[in-house]
Amino acid sequence: MRQRRLLEYGVFGIAAISFILFVGWWRVDGPGAPEPSDRHPLDFPAMEFRLTDHAGNAVGPEVLTGRATMVFFGFTFCPDVCPTTLSDISSWLEMMGEDSDQLNVIFITVDPERDTVDAMAEYVGYFDANIRGWTGTNEQIAVAADMFRVTYEKVPTDGEDYTMNHTASVFLFKADGQFSGAIDYHETRETAVPKIRRAMTEKEEVPQ
Amino acid sequence: MRMVLYQTLAALVIIIVFSAASVAGSDKVLIEDAWSRASIGTSRPGVAYMKIRNTGDVAVTLKGISTDVALKPQIHRTSTNNQGVSSMAQVGEIEIVPGETVTLEPGGLHAMLMGLQRIMKEGESFFMTLAFSDGGEVAVEIPILSIAARGPES
Ligand SMILES: [Cu+2]
Repeated sequence: MRQRRLLEYGVFGIAAISFILFVGWWRVDGPGAPEPSDRHPLDFPAMEFRLTDHAGNAVGPEVLTGRATMVFFGFTFCPDVCPTTLSDISSWLEMMGEDSDQLNVIFITVDPERDTVDAMAEYVGYFDANIRGWTGTNEQIAVAADMFRVTYEKVPTDGEDYTMNHTASVFLFKADGQFSGAIDYHETRETAVPKIRRAMTEKEEVPQ
Repeated sequence: MRMVLYQTLAALVIIIVFSAASVAGSDKVLIEDAWSRASIGTSRPGVAYMKIRNTGDVAVTLKGISTDVALKPQIHRTSTNNQGVSSMAQVGEIEIVPGETVTLEPGGLHAMLMGLQRIMKEGESFFMTLAFSDGGEVAVEIPILSIAARGPES
């Protein structure tokens, strides 16, 4: 009787250890392992998400094809990185002159709780007029971020306040919706503008 | 007896005054190119940037900042990891060795102004006091530029 119980414990122990080892493998080497940093957004035709722009229109990836597009994620309660990215982009657009009118520029919030349609409208109004702000429900934003392979995380500061960690790169897409490349946070105009122009000119090669 | 006491007190006062005057370090700190961005309302945190230069010959340590525009002003550092994810964290004391300049600039160190007490209006300015570990304080007037400003001159 006693031996039987010991055996039961033994079997249970081995099962538990095996399970722990399996979970470890799954997360480190197996299918559950974090993907390497060269993860990049899907092409627009392969994306599926619904959001609302700062004018209240329903939008999705389909409204972006036909022109080259620049997309980045952020939030309006962000004091440092986001206004800097927005003003960097505004300066790139300014440098490109009229050509920048042929470009979609989309700012998607990772903080939909505070970044309502009205909050987005007010915020983007301070930057280049080409910049559109997109928001949605928590679920909609989660789906969209996943399509772009963007990560974000709410981080509590003191009190009830919080800030957001988030992917800060600017993604470029060709007119046919194919991913063209990324501009890393705080890249200089000298390297950023040629990347944007490349995404735009690749468009002209497609229809011929 | 009373005389002796007064003399001792006087001597002490002189020593205190003398040592305060000879606090070396923070009196040789120069703040340059300070600027900040206008805020939208008061619910979002504000931000300010500047260069802090130690022109003296002893190291100084910045302990903290204070200003009447914000309840909780803190020095933060933004960092971006190899996955392109940006995050912010409060930094502790900052040592500035002689001849060195610590730069608060977009995407790096910044004065984060949490709990804004009033709207930061473009064209106006506000004062910030930097406190150093030698007991010295340096006040700086910070101009408020556009929300889309990219540096002290724009
Ligand atoms: Cu900060």
